[in-house]
Parts: sequence; structure tokens; C-alpha cells
Amino acid sequence: MALIDKHVILERSPTLLLAFSLSVVTIGGIVEIAPLFWLENTIEEVEGMRPYSPLELAGRDIYIRDGCYVCHSQMIRPMRDEVERYGHYSLAAESMYDHPFQWGSKRTGPDLARVGGRYSDDWHLVHLIDPQSVVPESIMPSYAFLMEASLSGERIGDLMSTHRFVGVPYTDEQIDNAYQDFRVQADPDGDWDDMVERYPNAVVGNFDGQDELTEMDALIAYLQMMGTLVDFSTFVPDDSR
Amino acid sequence: MDEPRVDELTGRPTMGHEFDGIEELNTPMPRWWLWTFYLTIIWGIGYTIAFPAWPTISGATAGLLGYSTRGEVSADIAAHEAANAALVTELNAVDLAALDAQSDLHRYAVARGASVFRAQCSQCHGSGAAGAIGYPNLLDNDWLWGGSLEEIAYSVRHGIRNETDFDARYSEMPAFGDILAREEIETLIEFLPTLADADWDSAGGVLFTDNCAACHGDQGLGDRSLGAPNLADAIWLYGSDDESLTETIANARFGVMPAWGQRLTEEDVRAVSAYVHALGGGE
Repeated sequence: MALIDKHVILERSPTLLLAFSLSVVTIGGIVEIAPLFWLENTIEEVEGMRPYSPLELAGRDIYIRDGCYVCHSQMIRPMRDEVERYGHYSLAAESMYDHPFQWGSKRTGPDLARVGGRYSDDWHLVHLIDPQSVVPESIMPSYAFLMEASLSGERIGDLMSTHRFVGVPYTDEQIDNAYQDFRVQADPDGDWDDMVERYPNAVVGNFDGQDELTEMDALIAYLQMMGTLVDFSTFVPDDSR
Repeated sequence: MDEPRVDELTGRPTMGHEFDGIEELNTPMPRWWLWTFYLTIIWGIGYTIAFPAWPTISGATAGLLGYSTRGEVSADIAAHEAANAALVTELNAVDLAALDAQSDLHRYAVARGASVFRAQCSQCHGSGAAGAIGYPNLLDNDWLWGGSLEEIAYSVRHGIRNETDFDARYSEMPAFGDILAREEIETLIEFLPTLADADWDSAGGVLFTDNCAACHGDQGLGDRSLGAPNLADAIWLYGSDDESLTETIANARFGVMPAWGQRLTEEDVRAVSAYVHALGGGE
């Protein structure tokens, strides 16, 4: 019992207690957090992942600004019911360019991790303007005001530079062409070949049906690419992970 | 600090500290509690050996039991697929046109299709399949592209006017706002409700014959090979008020449905088609 009785020394000196508590928490932190930076099986290599296109990135910011994440998660958990309803369970790599990530399990609204391509652009437009017109039982509020909020895209390059600063591998070419790429993704009549080459699988379209480029365009462009980058017909995740 | 002493009243030792004459007895935790606590520690160590837990430099221990979340969900899905395998094989092999509505296979297909419908189709066509403005009602017997089980399966598999499937059903009505004058469109809108008993020599009748009949038919009964709706019935996908009809004629409509063959398995496509076909309007 001799060693155990020594706790009296710590308990009677606040400074010592603080110092020892800190060292214990530090050890716990190092064991729990530090390996994540080296573990090779945290994020597996996945083909097809790319940073967000400028318009998608703007749409993602609108998604976060308007609090879509309060009801909608972007993380299909590895459970049979979720896989059957939403599609293949999410891989860590699929949110590797997300700052911040949108994981969660609070399903007030359905998970959106693989919503891309599931509905037509028109459906998203009608649904965002008046959700109950297509889903009468929905409790989602209207986001019709997105139609009136025009986006110039002047600062989109700065936004991408900021994302590059935190580790998203945007190339100089992508940042130099940010403004043009931003505009052309919402202009199906434009010359968008280069944009799609820089951002494979990006969906081009005049999503809101208006001449003006609005927040609605950006949000739908983002929704329509979600979860579509990894081709699960060719990629088979390792079950042992 | 005073030396611990034995308290005379209780016979227990004290902790050795004293404040204004108040002392604390040294009462250890009950033995059963302590042993339960030690057991949870041993259990915890055993658990981290049996299951994936300890980080190493570039990986982590896999655990003696070989458990993984992904493995579990794969096994779960495989178990359900194995349980349904016989029916699924039969469903994939059956000629849809010959699927007997009284058979067990049909019952299975409809039940499976109902859950596919709720997860994948209800957002546009409604959870009760009654549709919405711009999204067809699937309960009635009014079909744009055909209401036999095979035609429904084709629509589900390839979708409508999408850009991802080369075989998608496709048609595009011209935007008559560029072709007809405003008054002519108004005349047409006045004419449309009279289609069932039309005066073909009226101004509206002539306009209809010249501009609409090529696709919607001489009598306005529609043409399923073009997805051209029957205009002589009371069913209006985009609304029958003047404003909606003006929009429809002037700018045309372009309803899109995804190609579900690219997202669902073959058995799910067949099952959901059987479900829709059995809703009431199937031909």
C-alpha cells in the first residue's frame, strides 16, 4: 500500500496536481490522436476523388451557411438499412476535401452523401423553392430566396486559395481559371470542356432556369455531384478495415 | 497531519486528518464493488485484444476475433441476399409480360418493389404514388409512355430525357411561344377543354390540327411512342389553369427521370416495375 498512499502528496499540492493531471491527459491525447496522422488505414486510396469545382465550392458554403447540416448528414453508415436506402456506405476519402466535414447521424432529413444524380435538376429547384409541392409530408422550410441572391464569383479564387492553404490540392491552373470555371458551369451553352477536364464529373447546367447566376445554381451544382465521384462498379473497399 | 488512530466508537481507523475536532473514518469501498471494478479492468484489456483497438506506428491491431464494421455489414447483406437468392434468380429470369399476378413470385416482386419505391421513387411520385405537379400520378391508368409491365420497366431502367442513358425515352415539345402569336395560344387554350367534342373548323381546331396534331394525334388522344400526353382527358400533368397552359405551350415542358438501371440492381428494377404496375393502372 506504500505507493498508493503517496497520492496524498499530489492531493495536497494544487500545483503538483495540475502538472500531473496535465501529463496524464497529454499521454492519453498522444495515444489517441497522434497515430491518426500516421495510420495508413485511416483513409484508403480512392480513384476519382477531386477537389470541388468553384461553383460546387460556393454551393457548399451556401449549404453550410443556411444550416442544411442541421437536418441533413453526409455520412452513410455501414449498416444494411442505410446501405439499402442511401447507397454504398461512405468512405473517409470521400470527405477528404471537406472543410469542415458534414458527417453526422441525426437524420431529421435524409442523408445526402449520395444525393447527386438521384433527382433531376428541376426536382431540386422545385423542392428548394417549395418542398411540400413535391413531398407533401416534408417539414423542410422553403429556400426560394436563393433564386434572388445573385453570385458574381469574383472572389471564388480567393476562397479556393484559402482551401489550398488548409490542404486541398488546388493547382495554380485551377485557381487561375476559377472565375471562368465558376461562370461556365452554370452555362450549358458555354465552352465548358476545359472546366470538366479540370473537374471530372462536374454537372453543367442552368440549374435555376434564370439568366442570372444565383445561389440556387451553386447549391444545386453542389447537390448534383455529391457522392458521385467514386465509381463503385470498379472500386471494391477492403472489408477488413 | 495527525497519525491515524482507531476510533473507539466504531472500531475503524481514521484518515488522520482533523478539522475543529471532526475526523474522517477510513471506510474502504465494499469488497464486491472493488472486485467488480477490477473485473471491468480485466474485461477491458481482454476486449482490446479481441477487437481492433491499439494503434501502432502506421496501423492498428486487428483483434483476435477478426471483427470489422465493414465485414459485418457485408455479411449482413450477403445473408439477406442468400435468403432471397432463389426468388431473385426467378424474378430476373421471368418474362415480365408473362408474370402471373397470382403467383408467389409476383407477391414477392410487389413487396420488394414497394420498399424500393419508398426509398427511391416517392420523392417525386409521392409516397402514395399520386404524383405532384410535373411528376406523373402512377395510380391512374393514364400513361405517357405505356403502362404494360415491360414498358414500365423500360421507363424505370432507362429513365426519361436524362443525359446519362443513351436509351432513355426522349422527346421534346417545341416552345410554341416562338412559333405562335399570343392570341393564337389563347385561342388554343380555349379550344383544349372542348377536345372531347371538338369543332375542328373553329379557329382553335385549325390551330390544333396544324400545330399539335402531329404529336398529340388528330383527336388529341396522345401518342405513347412520343410520350405525347392525351389532351382530351381531364388529367393535366402541369396544371390546366390558363397560366400553366400558357407556360406549357409557350415554353414547353421537359420532365426528366433518372435512369434507375444505373443505380438499382436488375431485380430491384423489375420489382419496382411490378409494384407500380400493380398499383391500379397497369395494363
